[in-house]
Amino acid sequence: MSLAVYGARHLQALLGSLGRLARSPLSTLMTLSVLGLALALPVALYLFALNAQAATGNFSSAIDMSVYFKTDTPLAKAQQLAQAARQRGDIEAVVLIPADQGLAEFRTYSGFGDALQALKENPLPHVLHVRPRAGAGASTVENLRRYFSAWPEVDLVQADAQWVMRFNAILEVLRRLLLIVAMLLGLGVVAVIGNTIRLEIQSRRAEIEVTKLVGGSNAFVRRPFLYTGVLYGLGGALLALGMVVLAIVLLQQPVAQLAHLYGSQYLLRGLLLPEVAALLGAGAALGWLGAWVASARHLRAIEPRA
Amino acid sequence: MISFERVSKRYPNGREALSNVGFSVHKGEMVFLTGRSGAGKSTVLKLIALLERPTRGTVRVNGRNTQTLKSRHIAAFRRGVGVVFQDHRLLADRPIYDNVALPLAVAGTPLKEIDRRVRAALDQVGLLGRERALPLELSVGEQQRVGIARAVISKPPLLIADEPTGNLDPDLSLEVLRLFRRFQDVGVTVVIATHDMNLVREAGQRVITLEGGQVHGAGDPLPSVVASR
Repeated sequence: MSLAVYGARHLQALLGSLGRLARSPLSTLMTLSVLGLALALPVALYLFALNAQAATGNFSSAIDMSVYFKTDTPLAKAQQLAQAARQRGDIEAVVLIPADQGLAEFRTYSGFGDALQALKENPLPHVLHVRPRAGAGASTVENLRRYFSAWPEVDLVQADAQWVMRFNAILEVLRRLLLIVAMLLGLGVVAVIGNTIRLEIQSRRAEIEVTKLVGGSNAFVRRPFLYTGVLYGLGGALLALGMVVLAIVLLQQPVAQLAHLYGSQYLLRGLLLPEVAALLGAGAALGWLGAWVASARHLRAIEPRA
Repeated sequence: MISFERVSKRYPNGREALSNVGFSVHKGEMVFLTGRSGAGKSTVLKLIALLERPTRGTVRVNGRNTQTLKSRHIAAFRRGVGVVFQDHRLLADRPIYDNVALPLAVAGTPLKEIDRRVRAALDQVGLLGRERALPLELSVGEQQRVGIARAVISKPPLLIADEPTGNLDPDLSLEVLRLFRRFQDVGVTVVIATHDMNLVREAGQRVITLEGGQVHGAGDPLPSVVASR
């Protein structure tokens, strides 16, 4: 069989399946909307996780720590310790803010200038601002906290951005959840398409028998059902894409407003082309799988009788 | 072309449809298979078309042993056997054209070639111009002829028919018989199962009679009332 004939047979099967779907638009649409919803949910979760991370990304890179010395620590000792901390590989920068400078800044910016004049001595300690190396995770921050806490001169170590790390942990949970939901709904898509194909095989029993009788191979009989499955999957993915795009369009403006209130220019990120391709590909693949499972199980059982 | 050697067939329900059946059909021959209902005619045809495999014994068709043929070769095997049914088994929701084209479509014949041969086959059975009709829009006799066109379109070397005239009046039966004769004339081996003794007499061909699952007589043609050949 030449390649052209082979291609023509596939095209025929594809067109036949398309025509069959178009002839029962209502039931096709119902099946497609179930598939669309099942595919749209994981995509929406994925975009939510992605956007949440992107929107908070600039915070997580700045998990700065503040190290407060006891008030009786001499400045020279603080300087010495700051120098020691700078040698560490997991620290990007250490800035020492001496108590006097801290008081001066506080006087300038706080508005309590006059009240502070009344104090006999400086109540503020020397402070180190520590910036961990870029990309430091929770464990690095924890190590540093222990390192600084171990000094007898240190009163308190404060990791400013602990909430960012909690948030990142929540995102991690969300990502794992996304994976589970995607797998479950993927199974659901396979089951829905498999069942739809099973019903179609049953309703076309006579045709399958006659086709086998005149010498149609199992592959020939299976082909239109596989195409139907792929078309269902692809249609469901397109519908899911439409739903997600619509949701993004509807959310764009309120999200921009929310970001603005936080002084950010953040714009909601939609699906990129490779992601669209992945969605459509996943839909088609799941459809193919569902149809294959159904036809492997049910087509073999149909043999012509005389 | 066909040989049965000590063939027995027992169905899962325990009924023994054939026991120790032996006969052979030569290439280009036309043979009638007769006997009462339940005598085993249909089973013989099923074994020939490889819709069933024998329980014991050997069935050879087109030089192939149906007992040892692998499942993946069954489709190709069936393309070499044209089958005509009493109820003609047409697909009611497909036009005549699609019904007749099916054996070529499954064999991967190019569309142009399919078009040419569907027209030729319909012409042969006198139904040219009815391609777009649905089976139920045709008379019973016409439907049977569509079934015959479908059975012969891929030019199989063997044509088998199960009560092809069962639903037809005598005139239409003769017409169908003449069609089968024409295929025999071009070298096709034809096996017809029927209990229409008039048809058998009319044809004047070799007759294999089955009774209770055994070959009762595999002899000469019945004497023809009207010599037609």
